[in-house]
Amino acid sequence: MTAHLLTELTIFILAVFVGMEVISKVPTTLHTPLMSATNAIHGIVLVGAILVAGAADAPFNAIVGFVLVLLASLNVFGGYTVTERMLQMFRPRVQAPKGPTDGTP
Amino acid sequence: MSATDTTPASWVDVAYLITAICFIFGLRYLSSPKTARLGNRISAVGMLIAVLATLAQGIVNWWVIGSALVVGAAIGIVSAQRVKMTAMPQMVALFNGAGGGAAALVAAGELLKVFHANAIPTYDVSFTSVLSAVIGAISFAGSIIAFLKLQEVMTGRPITYPGQQFVNALIALVIVVCWGLVVANVPNSLEFFWIALVASFALGILFVLPIGGADMPVVISLLNSFTGVAAASTGFVLGNNVLIVAGALVGASGTLLTVLMGKAMNRSVTNVLFGAFGAVKPVAAGGAAKQQNVRSVSADDVAAMLAYANQVIVVPGYGMAVAQAQHSIRELADQLEKKGVEVKYAIHPVAGRMPGHMNVLLAEANVPYTSLYDMDDINPEFERTDVALVVGANDVTNPAAREDKNSPIYGMPILNVDKANNVVVLKRSMNSGFAGIDNPLFDDPKTVMLFGDAKKSIDGVVAGVKAL
Repeated sequence: MTAHLLTELTIFILAVFVGMEVISKVPTTLHTPLMSATNAIHGIVLVGAILVAGAADAPFNAIVGFVLVLLASLNVFGGYTVTERMLQMFRPRVQAPKGPTDGTP
Repeated sequence: MSATDTTPASWVDVAYLITAICFIFGLRYLSSPKTARLGNRISAVGMLIAVLATLAQGIVNWWVIGSALVVGAAIGIVSAQRVKMTAMPQMVALFNGAGGGAAALVAAGELLKVFHANAIPTYDVSFTSVLSAVIGAISFAGSIIAFLKLQEVMTGRPITYPGQQFVNALIALVIVVCWGLVVANVPNSLEFFWIALVASFALGILFVLPIGGADMPVVISLLNSFTGVAAASTGFVLGNNVLIVAGALVGASGTLLTVLMGKAMNRSVTNVLFGAFGAVKPVAAGGAAKQQNVRSVSADDVAAMLAYANQVIVVPGYGMAVAQAQHSIRELADQLEKKGVEVKYAIHPVAGRMPGHMNVLLAEANVPYTSLYDMDDINPEFERTDVALVVGANDVTNPAAREDKNSPIYGMPILNVDKANNVVVLKRSMNSGFAGIDNPLFDDPKTVMLFGDAKKSIDGVVAGVKAL
């Protein structure tokens, strides 16, 4: 194992602890939005996808790169949109008229 | 990009650090429904920063990347806006699969790059890229099967065959061996990489096949956690810290939810991971015949029971989602509250098909989240409750989990619906629940059944309450 990998492992493990700490405070009523929000966050592979697609030098690699960025982009944009849509429904006791009240669908 | 040398950090790495902080704050703000939207937006801004910083590094294939970004964004946004709230679990499964697939391909791409340059990958790179590819492919394939099951393209019941666990173990062994061969950099190690990738894909399919619909909350959480780990592992391959941090956060979240769901079903995580899923054999045919002593009533009878109650607890289950009955339930609650009846909602952690599924549906119907109660908070209340109204829930109300040691769900924490003075069960028919287990609650003398589509039944009850 290189020193570099060890540094990265340290970052990983500390991030796991931060994740556990932060996520254990999410109430059960928000568990679906939590799944959806974390779903959007792992869309960060889009960064890796762009790097790989950007380095593609042959047509086959370019096709793989396209699929790659497409999948990751679907993950990111779909994930955030769905989370936003869900979260805007959560209201305390308000007598709102039927349906969503603001522009964001 | 290296963390060990003394060259100044690039501004791209600084941007990635800001992104990581945004993600953490985004999740932090999810601790209250009041701040949750802000959190999601902070997280989205972080994502935007990371993507822009990456794009600004001077990318050559801009048309490939640009067109893929736009097409992916269009499909993602349109489908996310159009999807019905009841179809949310399959949507989440699909996005999860997309992320897993992308992580696997990124790792594969990096490894291929090394091989094409005729270089020997370092142990770090080969170990972590196979790890990403394996977990990513399992997550991708597993999510697709979960999607097909939830969308009811294929049966939601467990699909089992003899020697299933053995076959899965064998595939897992093949993956581990190939992994070792790639890391050891044997001749033709690239071919072993492909075998590992295909085997992982197959394992992803096969491990979700025997899992029934009622167990989906566990599986979806687990697959979510897999994609997180795959993303983190891809971060190791690329030496990219933001992928590592984001992947770790998601992995932690998915793992926590998996453990929570496992507890709510009285299953340990190892039990969830290694196979007792197929152990619950459907006994549907025999189950339906045994329960004869059920009392069927009309919507008007139920209306009268509810209208003269002091407290009613609504127990929603997957049946509510299928029938889209959440809006009608809200209307019923409004009518009852007008008559001075207190209405509360009891949410079992694994009701529905994903963690928090019922909460989202009721939120969609404008039910205030302050009226929703977790299992531990509401269970003592049933004794003081006149009517428990069970809408399309079955196994999570089954007293056999408490009393019958021979029941497959014995030990699972349940909502103590049978402690209420009266129980009304809304059900489509006398078919047994997803786990295929008899529910003695239906035979209980204080239980009455209202058969039919849950939405139509509730609408009938609403009309009845209004007429009183």
